[in-house]
Amino acid sequence: MTAVVVDNVSKIFNQGRPDEVTALAEIDLSIQNGEFVSLIGPSGCGKSTLLRLIADLITPTTGTVTVADRPAATARKEQEYGIAFQQAGLFEWRTVRKNVELPLELRGVSRSERKAKAEEMLELVGLADFAGHYPGQLSGGMQQRVAIARALAVQPPLLLMDEPFGALDEMTRERLQSELLGICATTGTSTVFVTHSISEAVFLSDRVVVMSARPGRITAAIDIKIPSRDEAGRQAPAYFEKITEVRKALRS
Amino acid sequence: MRRVLSVIAGLLIAGLAWEGYKAVGNPEGTVLFGVRVLPRADDLSMPHLATIADRLGAPELAGGRPVWQVVLDACVFTLGITAAGFVAGALIGLVLAVAMQRFRIVERGLLPYVILSQTVPLVALAPLIAGWGGVVMPPWATVAVIAAYLAFFPVAVGMLRGLQSPSASGVELMRSYAAGWWRTLVKLRFPAALPYLFPALRLAGAAAVVGAVVGEISTGTRGGIGRLIIEYSREATSDPAKVYTAMLGAALLGLLVAAAVSLLEVPLMRHRRHVEVVTL
Repeated sequence: MTAVVVDNVSKIFNQGRPDEVTALAEIDLSIQNGEFVSLIGPSGCGKSTLLRLIADLITPTTGTVTVADRPAATARKEQEYGIAFQQAGLFEWRTVRKNVELPLELRGVSRSERKAKAEEMLELVGLADFAGHYPGQLSGGMQQRVAIARALAVQPPLLLMDEPFGALDEMTRERLQSELLGICATTGTSTVFVTHSISEAVFLSDRVVVMSARPGRITAAIDIKIPSRDEAGRQAPAYFEKITEVRKALRS
Repeated sequence: MRRVLSVIAGLLIAGLAWEGYKAVGNPEGTVLFGVRVLPRADDLSMPHLATIADRLGAPELAGGRPVWQVVLDACVFTLGITAAGFVAGALIGLVLAVAMQRFRIVERGLLPYVILSQTVPLVALAPLIAGWGGVVMPPWATVAVIAAYLAFFPVAVGMLRGLQSPSASGVELMRSYAAGWWRTLVKLRFPAALPYLFPALRLAGAAAVVGAVVGEISTGTRGGIGRLIIEYSREATSDPAKVYTAMLGAALLGLLVAAAVSLLEVPLMRHRRHVEVVTL
């Protein structure tokens, strides 16, 4: 079974108008269950657009997107995925815990279950003590961690992340990377991860998909095998070899 | 405690300014190039505060009830009309804003008329509405209609802006949760609109008071503070302090409505009061 199939997808914004932009052209991508795939490429290569297509937040101009063997629109309605954006996008009138509870609330989960789940997720991102705070009281990095907890709260089979660690400091980023891998491994979650960072992509992914700009195309897909995804992994020669390989693919 | 003190200080300053101007101002007013730029400071135009206070305690007419009772009764009467007009206007404004947010075509079609509605002179409209009194509704309700007519506007415009305020990412997030229009409205748009709603409600409250006072005058409704201002101002030459007692009543009305909106705001805007940012 495949988690995501993107079949010959193109996306043209403002079609037929003077400001027409071809964001993506002829994209084919298939992601296996439990696979961790990173999308990497220069700004404007359409990696966020591709993520939004998978999320059915926008619809493709041509081609089809299939998520969990269903059309993307159906998968969205059945809440088959969790999503985290570049900006935390928390609701400022809700406490941190209530923010994490939001997707559970919309699924009709009971109050006590919601509370327990939200607290568990906040524990995971290291913000258990801030459950009662409002987002306006937290720093940007903390807000982003809340957004990640929110995306994880429903334990979706597919996780879509659009540069979620972009605003974090290196230490928090590395810790959350390990946490994320742990969560994906234990729950068998498939992940599509958009990033600017080569090292982040290599460390996290089973496969790094390299894209080029205007129109956005997939230029390379590099399978990553590093001995272990921990501190030792970060120092393994294989890790550095793959970083070089991705860098070269981005240059070409 | 500090708030109470600051309120008292504010009243003292206003009182001192009044009496101070009376003391130094030209009794005939200051005229510059044939235009009076500062008002007359004589006892006829600006009675002493003590005179106004005395007048409040004195009977309205010889042997009648004291003025403060009459003014207070009129305030209560007009407050009822204002409240009815304010609530009706706010509800209509809310419904219009939601409809305009939901359907782009309604916004385009309706918004110009919403704005146009406020440029129609009230004095032209009032006799028309007054004609409904006793036919389709009790006379007091026609005044409430005029108050509502002024009150709905800031709510419609402010709330529309508020409902449109959520960022694209917030809307996308709700879409990713498969939340439809209604749930997006309840969970995202409505709470996001509250910071826009409360200033709009304050404006609407003030507009409802003005609408009620002006409405009473132009429809000739008896018993309210608007009518009282007109009646007392006819006696202004012989009894200048009397009309000020009615004006005090109208000001009190405005304060009451503003306070009511603030009371509504406190529980709904709790998150705005925690402002200290934790950086870890």
